[in-house]
Amino acid sequence: MMGGTLRRIAPQLIILGVVILLNFIVFPGFFSIEFQNGRLFGNIIDVLNRGAPVALLATGMTLVIATKGIDLSVGAVMAIAGAVAASVVTAGGGWFLALLAALAAGLACGSWNGILVAVFRVQPIVATLVLMVAGRGIGQLITEGKIMTFNDPGLIHLGAGTILGLPTPVYIWVIMGGLITYVVRRTALGMLIESIGINETSSRLAGINSRVLLVAVYLVTGFCAALAGVVVAADIKGADANNAGLWMELDAILAVVIGGNSLLGGRFSIIASLLGALIIQSVNSVILLSGMPPEFNLVIKALLIIVILFIQSPAVQHAIYLFRASTPPHAPNENGAKNNQTAKESLS
Amino acid sequence: MMKSPRLPLYMTMATFVLAYMLCIWEFPSMFSSRVVANLLTDNAFLGITAVGMTFVILTGGIDLSVGSVIAFTGVFLAVILRDTSIHPLVAFGMVLAITIAFGAAEGAIVHYLEMPAFIVTLAGMFLMRGLAYVLSTDSVPITHEFYDVLQSIYWKAPGGGRFRLIGGVMLLVFIGAMIVLHRTKFGKNVYALGGGVQTAQLMGVPIARTTILIYATSGGLAGLAGIVYSLYTSAGYSLSTVGVELDAIAAVVIGGTLLSGGTGFVAGTFFGILIMGLIQTYIVFDGTLSSWWTKIVIGVLLFTFIMLQKVLAWATTARRKPATEFAMRS
Repeated sequence: MMGGTLRRIAPQLIILGVVILLNFIVFPGFFSIEFQNGRLFGNIIDVLNRGAPVALLATGMTLVIATKGIDLSVGAVMAIAGAVAASVVTAGGGWFLALLAALAAGLACGSWNGILVAVFRVQPIVATLVLMVAGRGIGQLITEGKIMTFNDPGLIHLGAGTILGLPTPVYIWVIMGGLITYVVRRTALGMLIESIGINETSSRLAGINSRVLLVAVYLVTGFCAALAGVVVAADIKGADANNAGLWMELDAILAVVIGGNSLLGGRFSIIASLLGALIIQSVNSVILLSGMPPEFNLVIKALLIIVILFIQSPAVQHAIYLFRASTPPHAPNENGAKNNQTAKESLS
Repeated sequence: MMKSPRLPLYMTMATFVLAYMLCIWEFPSMFSSRVVANLLTDNAFLGITAVGMTFVILTGGIDLSVGSVIAFTGVFLAVILRDTSIHPLVAFGMVLAITIAFGAAEGAIVHYLEMPAFIVTLAGMFLMRGLAYVLSTDSVPITHEFYDVLQSIYWKAPGGGRFRLIGGVMLLVFIGAMIVLHRTKFGKNVYALGGGVQTAQLMGVPIARTTILIYATSGGLAGLAGIVYSLYTSAGYSLSTVGVELDAIAAVVIGGTLLSGGTGFVAGTFFGILIMGLIQTYIVFDGTLSSWWTKIVIGVLLFTFIMLQKVLAWATTARRKPATEFAMRS
């Protein structure tokens, strides 16, 4: 079990190692960590902290993608959740109430998406597009078009505070990711989710209640997105419905894909997706630390992503698989084997 | 799947006519050639982009890079006209060549590396936006006399409406796209590919060539939209047209094209564009509504049209195969 997980996440670990090595090359002080004013400072800590929103989103997104779905609305849900939390806290509610209200808003958005997908059978990409377009408008409706600022220390603590020296967001995403991984892997839930992604009709005929599971998966994504929205809003002490979580859904999907999960559903690994989120954040860190002009950020990021995706693409995986097969026998590469059929067709 | 694939198209047309009549009923001054002319001028770049998007979506793909391509085109034109003495027409040719090549490269990656279009064009979106930043982070004005000439071409309709060149370009693109889709082999291949890759392959459709051509078309049309946008704003700015890909996708969906591919019409996209433009015009006329209502109303419209398609599909399939209905994915 443990060895299987390790083999599954090995490519992600190698890529993360290479990117961190790049970080070390461009900035030798990358690994240094200082303890000042009761909290830890260092680039590693920054990567863990800044990666929190994408890591949270990637956790939920992995489950949705495993069911052959996709959730484009997570960025907009972040904006809504931030707006709800800010408006509750400025209206005099406590930080806990604000958090609960934001999470409830996230769950409401998740159930909307889930019902559209599971009950009305709308394609996930279209169903969540509705909320992606309208959600930011709803967020602005809540904040009345302003950037709503707040000073509640409890709420700010969620985004900018520290517990035992480590930033709070790190705890939030590690606990959330760990909890969901534990739940889906210690029960049959994970396998049932995978079966929906592979063939929904046959899993329904086998007695799996796919509707309830699908709604549940979108609920989890909405919950994670709301949590990310609160973290982002708390970090800047304000809810900006226009820019909070903008294009974050794309980063989250990218994290899941870098994590080696197929967009066609089926087998998934949340840990690999979380590593994907860390890879994205480390890439951002390399670009910042290298001192390149900021104009080049997006170009470099795009090129690095293309390289990572190229290495993981089914065609290249298949070539590696063939190469391995020609040398003494090894355990067949999972990715390569799964996409064997399609790869063969295109190569022939 | 549906008895008449044209039904969603007619629904979109009817919605536009009905919405326009409601607008006129509330604001009689909206019934003028000025409003119609502005509707075409203001949405010209979006319309051209949406045509390319329709092609891509018809094959079951998606192109997220178009907004960035438009921004890149604008910045490229502005910088090249500022720093060199190249004639704009030559610059247009250069930028179209770049965007077509870019689209073709995306298509080649999608086909040969078997990566999802969603992810490939997402990387393309980052790349093009990044290249626009590299060229210039400022808004660069375009002050070439040829631009003034192009901008001054218009046909003044009775009632004071000015039908400008860029609106005409959009109409020509739509007409051209209809001819290509319904009167050429390439158009048939597009629909075949959307119906299913394996079926298309068995039918003898050249999958590789069609896929690459589709994304090249989308890239080229986004480049043309960028030229139109630079004529519209007389400037190039790397932060402009963020999120245009979403507007284009929304227009395509409102126009009745299924995102799973194979079903849809360019004409539907045209009316989708007009409906979205009409919402913005209405908000301007009303004066008290805030801009975010545009997003909410477009979201509601998207929802309505998706549900409409579902109802139509259900009404035409549910009765035909009652025995296997329980196992059908509708």
